[in-house]
Amino acid sequence: MDSSQLLGITTFTYLFSTLLYVAILVFKTARLGRIATGFTFIAWLIQTAGLILRWRESYQMGIGHAPLTNMYESVVFFAWVIVILYLLIEWKFKTKIIGAFAVPFAFLAMAYASFSTDISQTINPLVPALQSNWLIAHVVTCFVGYAAFAVAAALGIMYLVKKMMKNGEDSSARPTTLPPLATIDDIIHKTMVFGFIWLTAGIITGAVWANSAWGTYWSWDPKETWSLITWFLYAITLHARYTRGWSGTKIAVLSIFGFMAVIFTYYGVNFLLAGLHSYGSS
Amino acid sequence: MKKNNSIWTFFASVRLAIFTLSFLALSSIIGTIIPQGESSTFYVQKFGPKMAQFFQVLDIPDMYYSWWFVGLLGILSCNLIICSLDRFPAVLKIIRADNFSVPVNRLAKMRERKSWSMLTSDFNGPGLSDILKRNGWKPQSKKTDNGELFFSQKGAWSRTGVYIVHTSILIILAGGIIGHFLGFKGSVMIPETKSSSKIYSYDNSTPIDLGFEVRCDSFAIEYYDNGMPRDYRSSLTILENGKEVLQRDIEVNSPLTYKGITFYQSSYEGYQDFVVTIKNSVTDKSKNFVASFQKQKLWEEAGIRFGVINAEGMGKRIVRSKLWVKVGDAPAVIEWVEDGKEITAGSDNNYKISVKQMYATGLQVARDPGVWLVYIGCGLMLLGLFIAFFMSHKRIWLSIQRDDDKTSSLLLSGSANKNRTDFSRQFSLLAEQLSKKIGSTEL
Ligand code: HEM
Repeated sequence: MDSSQLLGITTFTYLFSTLLYVAILVFKTARLGRIATGFTFIAWLIQTAGLILRWRESYQMGIGHAPLTNMYESVVFFAWVIVILYLLIEWKFKTKIIGAFAVPFAFLAMAYASFSTDISQTINPLVPALQSNWLIAHVVTCFVGYAAFAVAAALGIMYLVKKMMKNGEDSSARPTTLPPLATIDDIIHKTMVFGFIWLTAGIITGAVWANSAWGTYWSWDPKETWSLITWFLYAITLHARYTRGWSGTKIAVLSIFGFMAVIFTYYGVNFLLAGLHSYGSS
Repeated sequence: MKKNNSIWTFFASVRLAIFTLSFLALSSIIGTIIPQGESSTFYVQKFGPKMAQFFQVLDIPDMYYSWWFVGLLGILSCNLIICSLDRFPAVLKIIRADNFSVPVNRLAKMRERKSWSMLTSDFNGPGLSDILKRNGWKPQSKKTDNGELFFSQKGAWSRTGVYIVHTSILIILAGGIIGHFLGFKGSVMIPETKSSSKIYSYDNSTPIDLGFEVRCDSFAIEYYDNGMPRDYRSSLTILENGKEVLQRDIEVNSPLTYKGITFYQSSYEGYQDFVVTIKNSVTDKSKNFVASFQKQKLWEEAGIRFGVINAEGMGKRIVRSKLWVKVGDAPAVIEWVEDGKEITAGSDNNYKISVKQMYATGLQVARDPGVWLVYIGCGLMLLGLFIAFFMSHKRIWLSIQRDDDKTSSLLLSGSANKNRTDFSRQFSLLAEQLSKKIGSTEL
């Protein structure tokens, strides 16, 4: 069994998890909830094993490094954080249905990593610029932030769906219906705040790394600039909520917008704009 | 007076903050689409002369340093400063407030509250305050007209978190400005064995005097098995008035700093020449020579003649060279030497000779006296965000009042400025324990 097989399996298990969570909604059977959670957790464990195995394989190849150094590895890590964050939210807020919105993001990320022709899955040695602990800190912090924003966007979609279904006012917290709007709104805010701290740390660790490698902590290359744009967007959202009392639909829409900026920073810039970070694209 | 000043109100508003941040975010996109820092002909060719002229007016080719972008950052800074000055005094007042002076009727209206009435006038103040202590509160008490008031608070200073975040932005901007005006960035190519006391500025290629010399003793590249570069390394020596003061190897991600000037490994260039190192293994004396291809060289002192008579390469990279060495009158040695390996020569084989392709190391050189301020700002920002998001100012009051000879009433109330659900849970637990202790009816 090698890491790519394990990670390949994960792709399908996340798809199946998604279906299980959707099934709770469709069949209104609460018992499915426990199955969905258990299955998702096992899928996450398989992915964890895949990541650890990939790490070990790189050492066996004599070019050992943490599996966080190229597009493929970062997308896989992104999916991994989404699922663990989601499971933590499920545990803390005692609600299952969010899985039907959040886990598909993990599935899509894994599917993209596994099947896209843009991404190479081979384990490559690190060019000198990438040999830095700041790189690991940078990738981990950024992607924890991105994953939190993905979950916030999933919740934003869920909020809008619930709102459109016009049963917005029922405040029952039965396990087989969408949680009350106020609860979703609260979780959106909390995940966004969580993501904002990590994104801030991600931008900072990136700046420190750039300074130790090139002597400039900020050079306005497109990737840096886009991460700053994304950061501004979330700062605006937090201020609008905290000082101008925005909530509900407006914040839900902004959570989706914010995540679109994240996707552009992460994906769009590599393929549509040129810049320093372009070596991270293979 | 302040409050009536319309300019003050304008700069103290969060509406302006949201506007400025949105404008910064939107306009920043321009510079990620239109290439920055190209020559003016580039823009004429790519966008046409009319557009290029328009770009010139708005400084688009260097937009992040243009008057309007810097102006926006200026507005943001004023906004932050004035907004903070406007609000901070009120925050300080809350932090320093005398919480014992809150009237009981206000306490009775707090978001979190619970009251009991006891059928005794002889209440046990210390016993009740022990319950607060056991829950992690440190109550102070004050005698009131007909009873006692306990108060305890946590995290009053967490109210400053937001101000730490906002100040950190100003500190980072200040660091950036200092670096921009008092620092420089440039580069220099130094061939092995040579030194330089000047570097060339990125902005306009003008030479900048370092005030000391940097010598490149050697440059080496290591490769992975698949041919990818694994490591670029330069051995640098700093010289002051010709005297060696510091020797260090640098790599990408591991620069050398001397007198506030930092040298980063950034590129290299391969030459057609060779560096030959000859070492006397008895006296340990060694010397580097730059030898051109198929030219004889002489180390007079030791009476050694040598030269590179052939070389084999892979692309631009030379893998092995054929050395010709003649020490004194001994017969000449001719041998293939791999890059970085040694051969011996001389009557007692007391000379060790190695040869490698000659390189120049490409150094990026920067002086940035503002970077520490930027790092301090970044640290403060993370600290401030943590405080602002995860800590809250929690206050609880416990008021005991003797109503008449037979009864007294107890009021527990509290408030938190954030994370209210968490506080609410803590409050209920506390109330439950108090209930048990007094074992009496609740109101
Ligand atoms: C990119 C820049 C900025 C960042 C990262 C930032 C960050 C923050 C954060 C994290 C909070 C706390 C929000 C919460 O607790 O949920 C906050 C609150 C606030 N910010 Fe900013 N801010 C920025 C710019 C500004 C500017 C320019 C102003 C100018 C007026 C401003 C005014 C405020 C105000 C008034 C509050 C509410 C403070 C309170 O009453 O507790 N912010 N900001």
